Amino acid sequence: MGEVIYSAKPLWAVLVSMIAAFLILLTGEKHRNLREGWTILAALIKFGLVFSLIEPVLAGKTIEYTLITLLPGVALQFRVDAFGLLFGVVAATLWIPTSFYSIGYVRTLKEHGQSRYFFCFAMCLSSAIGVAFAGNLLTLLIFYEILTIATWPLVVHHEDESAIMGGRKYLVYTLTAGCTLLLAIGITYSLTGTLNFTSGGFIAGHGSPGLLILLLAMFIAGFGVKAGIMPFHEWLPSAMVAPTPVSALLHAVGVVKAGVFGCVRVILFVFGPELLHQLGVWTILAGVVAFTVVVAGLLALGQDHLKRRLAFSTINNLALIILGVSLLSKNSMTGGILHLANHAFMKITLFFCAGAIYAKTHKDHVSQLDGLGRQMPFTFAAFTIAAMGLCGLPPVNGFISKWFLCLGAVETHQIIFLFVILTSAMLDVAFFFPIIYNGYFKKPLPDVAPKIDEAPMLMVIPLCMTAIFCIILGIMPNAFLNFFNIVRLAVANVLGG
Amino acid sequence: MIDQFPALIIVAPLLGAFLTPIIGWRYRQLCRPWALMILAIPLYAAGGALLQVIRSGPFGYNLGGWAPPWGIEYRIDHLSGLMLVLIAAIGLLAAINAKPGVSMDLKGKEPHFYTLLLLQITGLMGIVITGDLFNIFVFLEISSLSGYGLIAHGEDGAPMATFNYIIIGTIGASFYLLGVGYLYMATGSLNIADLAAILPNLYHSKMILVGFAFFTTGVAIKMGLFPLHVWMPDAYTTAPGPVSTLIAPLMTKVAAYIMIRIMFTLFQPDFSISVVPVATILGWMAVVAIIVGGIKALAQTDIKRMVTYIMIAEVGYIVMGVSVMNRPGLTGAILHIVNDACMIFGLFLIIGAISYKGHGREIYHFQNLNKKMPFTMAAFVIVALSMCGIPPACGFFSKWYLIMGTIVAKQWVFSITLLCSSLVNAVLFFRIIEKAYLAPLGGGAHGHDDDHEEEVIVRDEAPASMLIPILITAAIIIILGPLSGKIIAAVIQHAVPAAF
Repeated sequence: MGEVIYSAKPLWAVLVSMIAAFLILLTGEKHRNLREGWTILAALIKFGLVFSLIEPVLAGKTIEYTLITLLPGVALQFRVDAFGLLFGVVAATLWIPTSFYSIGYVRTLKEHGQSRYFFCFAMCLSSAIGVAFAGNLLTLLIFYEILTIATWPLVVHHEDESAIMGGRKYLVYTLTAGCTLLLAIGITYSLTGTLNFTSGGFIAGHGSPGLLILLLAMFIAGFGVKAGIMPFHEWLPSAMVAPTPVSALLHAVGVVKAGVFGCVRVILFVFGPELLHQLGVWTILAGVVAFTVVVAGLLALGQDHLKRRLAFSTINNLALIILGVSLLSKNSMTGGILHLANHAFMKITLFFCAGAIYAKTHKDHVSQLDGLGRQMPFTFAAFTIAAMGLCGLPPVNGFISKWFLCLGAVETHQIIFLFVILTSAMLDVAFFFPIIYNGYFKKPLPDVAPKIDEAPMLMVIPLCMTAIFCIILGIMPNAFLNFFNIVRLAVANVLGG
Repeated sequence: MIDQFPALIIVAPLLGAFLTPIIGWRYRQLCRPWALMILAIPLYAAGGALLQVIRSGPFGYNLGGWAPPWGIEYRIDHLSGLMLVLIAAIGLLAAINAKPGVSMDLKGKEPHFYTLLLLQITGLMGIVITGDLFNIFVFLEISSLSGYGLIAHGEDGAPMATFNYIIIGTIGASFYLLGVGYLYMATGSLNIADLAAILPNLYHSKMILVGFAFFTTGVAIKMGLFPLHVWMPDAYTTAPGPVSTLIAPLMTKVAAYIMIRIMFTLFQPDFSISVVPVATILGWMAVVAIIVGGIKALAQTDIKRMVTYIMIAEVGYIVMGVSVMNRPGLTGAILHIVNDACMIFGLFLIIGAISYKGHGREIYHFQNLNKKMPFTMAAFVIVALSMCGIPPACGFFSKWYLIMGTIVAKQWVFSITLLCSSLVNAVLFFRIIEKAYLAPLGGGAHGHDDDHEEEVIVRDEAPASMLIPILITAAIIIILGPLSGKIIAAVIQHAVPAAF
């Protein structure tokens, strides 16, 4: 590793939205424009802070900030490396459109409890960045648990029966996962005496192979709950009762990606490729996630509720990311990590579209969308772009990550995984294209307006922006944010050169 | 002045207690300011003593100038210093908080209340500060007797609960006294440091073994360790609000302190492992306590009673940390004494405030409470999350050390019990949070503003004298978490025997 810079920027990136959260609560419903102003301001500052970290990290430096010692040898510490930065940049970037979109959404639908909503949203972002920049497992766990709790009020936002039940299910899954992680981290600490992430892993040489395999299983189960790895995925479709911007940012970017991020951290930075090759468990791990990829795709086919279908697609793609990383070859890792960013942009667009449709027409089932493309052309255009991306069609960004995933599968001589990735792309086509077909080509339902009648601008502009961004990232993966270089650097760090 | 701190810690509240009835004779409303003033002295002195210990190590104070082992020695080391600050701080906050509760539950009995409160604090501080086994018994009785007096003032059922408590508590204290007697017969000494030097040669003497058994059982009764907990739920549930706020968080923790003293200072840690397998027995009793406490808590609908059962489980946590007999475990136990005292204190403060505002203690009474008492409920959420072990609240860190202790001891059943218990706590508290913050289940979907504009809920927050201690405690719970590394480095690691 290169030079280390000591700077409080990562801390501020975490704190800025936490401070904003309390300002939001203090401002309250009476001054809603000021309250929303705090959200936007915090989003912009956060983006600026995270953006300013890209250049030093690409120059091979690591940014570190230690807050306070928690245990002997373990501190509440932020350390920004290329991989953490990638997740941080994705979350911070997408918070901006989501903020605008949220304002449009809650105002159009006259949602109740808006202060609570924006408060929790800001807390979630704060902890997501905390997860991204955490320098060791304990810091990661702390922010991961805050994220769990801060998301709960958003899941139960509607306060009706399905929301409360969805919230309970969410808590049961995630808190149990948190306990599993706590035990796993405790065992790791007692074995090694350290918890600091190290490129290529730090646990090798401690403990018997059996214990290490058990430990890996506990880590993957713990983080896998949020990442929706089967059989721990059930909470995610149920959590779709949340307002759509929540589903968009948290169930496509923040929460679930924190789970994926944790899995990848454990695979590459705690265990490391070498140890996993030695233990020989990477094929089992890849097998489990490959199963999730295919089965989630099949289940998505059967969903008529639009957001539930998107949720299964999310499960499918998250597993694809972990599959890429667990194949442990250079290209598959590149593809997996890059897909973490690309999927975020595509999926947030899809959720934005689903929300715009719901806010405008109160329709949330695929079978109700007949002919709606004529009424909401922008929304459907954006939807089509993002869906094409997820199917892996050029020139949308999903093509690039899937290309690398396929290359990686070939590289490892495990042709079965190549088939898995391709099958999943086929399934993507099978469950996305009927929506597009219904929207554009079917005879319009009687309640579809004959002329263009879109959702409010505050919703349409963000979703068009993210859709355009998907294309730009497909043509120039390094556009604006240097995603591709960051991913390359992250993979190079792990593989040691 | 600083030399006299140890004496001041005891003498100030003791004298204050005796003067309170005299003051209250004519000027009843002066009792509270007087008690607050008195309680500030031991807090200041305890803080000074703890700083002194951190700076220059443990020190002794010969009461009346009589040298130990004949005279009574007050001995302040890291553990007792920490406990002193804890007791003094909670005592002061409880006294601040008591005003509205006393005026409601104990109208006209202010002098009684503040006298007994000061005596209670004297007793608890005395147990912690003294270096003399028999003296511990004396202070234990002072605190217990004042406790009986306070609890008996409570709601319906309190006299009966107190009677139970007196009988069982007296048995506990007698057992402790018998233990002291056996040790005195065998050694002729009562000073803990002196005894610790004499005892290792006598470890296999029957007299010592019997004495140890009496000690452990007596302390376990006072601590409410399952199955000796039966007095606890009734006593703390029926006690008046300000009383349970004071006694519940402290009494069990001080009993746990006595246990740690006996097992690690009076006897060598080795004794509890190899001479008698008491550590193993305690560990499994703790498992049962945690499980039974959790299940019983789940069955309660009265939140105050629920918290008392949670306390039984939490006592199990502390005993488990002690029983694994290693550094992280004992660190966790001591840390949990502090953290749990703060959390239980916070819960009883909040319950007191809710009752004072005329809301019931059943879970369904919590409906919409977040709109009526937003600050109290925000504090409640913080305490609840800490009880579930969610970082960065302090509960997470003691849980971490306790689990580390069980991992190092390779007691996997213990680790899993601890983890399950925090999940049970999550169920216990989230069902209340759900009630307080969300619309009633099955009450129909009303996702939007305009649906429920008619029902106007007026904010009706607890009075400042209750709200301030509540918010301070909530803040302490959050701050203690990240600071736990510092606290352990400065204080707790010195309280753990060097052999670990």
